[in-house]
Amino acid sequence: MRESHWEKNLFDLIRRTSTDLPMDVEAALRRALRMERLGGRPRWVLSTILRNVELARKKDAPLCQDTGTLRFYFRVPVGFDTNALVAVVRAAVSKATRCGYLRQNTVDPVFGCSFPTNIAHGSPVFDFQQGGRKSVDVRLVMNGGGCENVGGQYALPDCDLAAGRNLEGARRCILDSVWKAQGQGCAPGVLGVCIGGDRVTGHEHAKEQFLRKIGDSSSIRAVARLESRMMKEIGQMGIGPMGLGGRSTVLGVKIGSLSCLPASFFVSVSHMCWAFRRRGMVLGPEGGVHRWLY
Amino acid sequence: MKRLSYPFTASQIRDARLGEIVSLSGKVFTGRDRLHQFLAEGGRPPLDLRDGAMFHCGPVTAREGGAWAIRAAGPTTSSRQEPYMPSIIERLQIRVIIGKGGMGDGTRRACVKHGCIYVQAIGGAAVLLAGSIQSVVGVHFLREFGEAEALWELAVEDLRGIVTIDTRGRCLHENIRTVSRKALDRML
Repeated sequence: MRESHWEKNLFDLIRRTSTDLPMDVEAALRRALRMERLGGRPRWVLSTILRNVELARKKDAPLCQDTGTLRFYFRVPVGFDTNALVAVVRAAVSKATRCGYLRQNTVDPVFGCSFPTNIAHGSPVFDFQQGGRKSVDVRLVMNGGGCENVGGQYALPDCDLAAGRNLEGARRCILDSVWKAQGQGCAPGVLGVCIGGDRVTGHEHAKEQFLRKIGDSSSIRAVARLESRMMKEIGQMGIGPMGLGGRSTVLGVKIGSLSCLPASFFVSVSHMCWAFRRRGMVLGPEGGVHRWLY
Repeated sequence: MKRLSYPFTASQIRDARLGEIVSLSGKVFTGRDRLHQFLAEGGRPPLDLRDGAMFHCGPVTAREGGAWAIRAAGPTTSSRQEPYMPSIIERLQIRVIIGKGGMGDGTRRACVKHGCIYVQAIGGAAVLLAGSIQSVVGVHFLREFGEAEALWELAVEDLRGIVTIDTRGRCLHENIRTVSRKALDRML
């Protein structure tokens, strides 16, 4: 593995993810802006957000100062050396931190100390899967702390919400989660939801929904219907951009499902802010960029 | 839009209406979790914070030719400072809080009693907000708290936000919470 080649391209992935909001997200923000009344507060908030998006791209600066948890999803050929990939990603993350594309954003919860390069136990986060292809598919999602804090997990049935173990129960959990979050998760963003799984896989799968494009819908018809119903109903709550009132509270609701134990029925809800930083690239076996994703 | 400038006197901020866009100029101080805890526990501030604005923010910084440059500086969630904020407002006479997401009842009451407002900046709009920072006047507790948690003393021009808690104790976040609860109850 020619490490410098890989490191350079992975550094570029981090740089671009931090500074350049994907087109599908930006387009959704522009649609949200058009939905809000001219001269109103929500419209001011959204136009401020969009100006920030343009400025960050132009100045090559982080969109948001909270550069978030760095979650790398790798799809590699069978037998590929993933340890070598971990090493080059770490080098690229260190460099991106030194260059100011990432904040010194990693602290030790026991000792209170900060990790100056963002390399630590549990940072960055990796997900590896082997597949039949010859190329390496890598996607990076940056998930800030504000929206991470408002996520949650429900174990159904839930008496307070009158939520049973079905899609209607999941609907109630999602509405509740959005109401509780108000503007704290920097609305309007995207919800990643997993119905089923366990305590860990539920949240993991909820976050994997962030790899989907804003405009798509679930391949399961009943779930797709729930996704579009949630969009409409969440809009009706009037929480709006940054929770200051308005129609656009989410840009997308992405729901996945995993098998679960007969005794468990979890609904895991992960919130992503409007600064939905997700980029990806397909790399050849030598680390050259074949194409960008998103 | 109302223009406010440092020092933010009681009479200046009393006129700031709920929901109004304000533009702040002059000086602001940044502070996050560690600074707030330190100050609330009676720690001595390294400079006089009276009539100042406390910006809940941990910036991304860089050294450019020996001077500090702020690359990104958006607000962080303010509610984490709720246990500390009321006593800081009272003791150090802070007049403006800049943050996101609003704060609790203790802070709201302290705003009424001591004359302080809460200004919601746009979360995530870190480059735009950094653009309103003219220069870094000073930095304190850099070694102790680290870059993100340090107290940055910033000269700003036209830093904009929306007044969401005013000196009369009205709170926009609470209003939205109530309205959205009613809508939610209709759907459940």
